[in-house]
Amino acid sequence: MKNPLESVVGTLISGLLLTLALVFFLKNFIVVGG
Amino acid sequence: MELVPALARWIHLLAGITWIGLLYYFNLVQMAALKDAAADGTAAGISKHVAPRALLWFRWSAVVTWLAGAALLGAHMGDAFMLRNGFEVIGVGAWLGTIMLINVWVFIWPNQKKILGIVAADDAAKNKARRVAMLASRSNMMLSLPMLFFMANGLSHRAVLGF
Repeated sequence: MKNPLESVVGTLISGLLLTLALVFFLKNFIVVGG
Repeated sequence: MELVPALARWIHLLAGITWIGLLYYFNLVQMAALKDAAADGTAAGISKHVAPRALLWFRWSAVVTWLAGAALLGAHMGDAFMLRNGFEVIGVGAWLGTIMLINVWVFIWPNQKKILGIVAADDAAKNKARRVAMLASRSNMMLSLPMLFFMANGLSHRAVLGF
């Protein structure tokens, strides 16, 4: 499989997915404001 | 308006725009331009006159951005990095920004010095340095997306994320 960071589009998609994963992590595993 | 946080926020934004703007310049413009320039024998101009100046502003604006961000967090720096007491969202942004700063100084700049001939390196070492610097730069571009999301929403995360 090609490294997604080889292309700009792959990099942007990876960044978007990482953003969603971190939002999920924060919402579900870290008590925000606690 | 308190002076120190206001100045720190102003400097954080100015330096951050310089840093991330140059990161996007490298990834969206210079990488492709160097490939085309190498094909027609004009890459030396970019490597000699453009890249060193861009890298100078890039690596030092990264340091200034981080320091101004640290000044802005002040006594809450521990809360941010421990993701607690209302600093969870900005804390994720702070972690990502810190990883990006380390990436600049540990992977991108030392390898760029080999590529640009600032430090001696043979062709094999230069080719390896090109690969590492490219992937480190692309990693920072990838990390910049969540970093900017969490930085931008760090002060109003409840409204935006519904937490």
